Amino acid sequence: MKHIKTIKTRDLCASAKNGGCGECQTSCQSACKTSCGIANQSCENKNK
Amino acid sequence: MIHQYKQNGYNIVLDVCSGAVHAVDDAAYDAIAMFEDHSREQVVSALLEKYPGLSEGDAESILDQIEELKAEGQLFSPDTFAPMAPELKRRTSGVIKALCLHISHACNLTCSYCFAGQGRYHGKSALMSFEVGKRALDFLIENSGSRRNLEVDFFGGEPLLNFDVVKKLVEYARSVEGKYNKNFRFTLTTNGVDIDDDVIEFANREMSNVVLSLDGRRKVHDRFRVDAAGRGSYDVIVPKFQKLVASRGDKSYYMRGTFTHYNPDFLEDIKVMLDLGFNELSMEPVVASPDSPSALTEEDKPVVYEQYEKLAELMIKRRREGRPFTFYHYMIDLQGGPCIYKRISGCGSGTEYLAVTPQGDLYPCHQFVGEEKFRLGDIWHGVTNTERRDEFAACNVYAREECRNCWARLYCAGGCAANAYHSTGSVTGVYSYGCDLFKKRLECAIMAEVDRLYEEDEDSDN
Repeated sequence: MKHIKTIKTRDLCASAKNGGCGECQTSCQSACKTSCGIANQSCENKNK
Repeated sequence: MIHQYKQNGYNIVLDVCSGAVHAVDDAAYDAIAMFEDHSREQVVSALLEKYPGLSEGDAESILDQIEELKAEGQLFSPDTFAPMAPELKRRTSGVIKALCLHISHACNLTCSYCFAGQGRYHGKSALMSFEVGKRALDFLIENSGSRRNLEVDFFGGEPLLNFDVVKKLVEYARSVEGKYNKNFRFTLTTNGVDIDDDVIEFANREMSNVVLSLDGRRKVHDRFRVDAAGRGSYDVIVPKFQKLVASRGDKSYYMRGTFTHYNPDFLEDIKVMLDLGFNELSMEPVVASPDSPSALTEEDKPVVYEQYEKLAELMIKRRREGRPFTFYHYMIDLQGGPCIYKRISGCGSGTEYLAVTPQGDLYPCHQFVGEEKFRLGDIWHGVTNTERRDEFAACNVYAREECRNCWARLYCAGGCAANAYHSTGSVTGVYSYGCDLFKKRLECAIMAEVDRLYEEDEDSDN
């Protein structure tokens, strides 16, 4: 019986190796303008 | 470090540093909670006592699964990022990729909760000239290094009071972006009063995003969003927003509301937005000084929490009915979300992102405009207040003591520097009320996403 279901997520540790292209949206620009959250930003790195 | 919580029938375990998310049954939930400071025998015995239907083999199997996930780096993964943080932040600093252009420090509404002091940012009314705007765009191109995507938000005050300059600036940017291998993404943030067919045609052609200010219920909206004579703007703007959105096609927009102490039950306002036909929504807690009557209070917090939970449930329900909507803070992309650089570096205010006043002065972001000590320089001479700039450059999630051990740190990236400054007097402070709401939203967002992925899995199994 499976007691734990693991959701497919981006491996943050691995992203340290090939991340940081900087092309993603600035966090609150073009959106809420009053609170910072980065979880909802899309990654725009074409080489990840 | 892990974070675990129960919501809407799900037991969710987040492994903070790897970003792994697990949905678990009750026994596994308890086993994970005990795992780090109890022996295997103790955990098995506690599970058997609490869950009479569970066999010893099952209990052992739960622990095997936990061990396996730990070995794979998906549970209890160590934080290896803290020493890398300054370097990661440095790599994303040094170029400017976004400007908030304060095209108008004037407004045709006088919303008393406006953080910008009725659009004037505590100064005089002013409109940005084409020459200043053009120089700002050149400044952005010159300082953007190899970044291709450049964001420019036409902000105010009310930008449509200076619409001709907005149009000319977009035309100018389009005429040079190919030459410099840049891609301008424009946004317009508007109260809607001056929207007409010309604005709609232009915005839907040129703006990657439009942010439309609507607070929800008429009485909620019209409490604050009034003209100089005190008349509410709801009836004027709603049909205009509907017309704009109807012809917007696939392009993004946000119907953006603010909730305050007067309407902590903001889900009712979201429902009004949905009934009006809008389905890309954002609803933000007011930014106000604690002594303002509109500021959210400790007593409001449980109400707000409940609203966030019900909002997530409504989102799930409507998705299943084939009538989905998006909520800005619940748009979490677990599989394609930002890399660790972004998660550590935060919003980029003062480094990647600057605000430009109608006079051409530079500030770390729109929320600092008008606070003289935060003036960084101007668009002709660049950033000259390097001491202040460096303060922002040093902002990363590990620079804040309170964030170091917070489970949500890699989702908020240390929070908003302006909120921190206004609540603590330091940009590296922590606006704890905002943190509490953020954490609640994040739990709801992850739960809703887990539900969606569960459904996808079921669909693919059938």
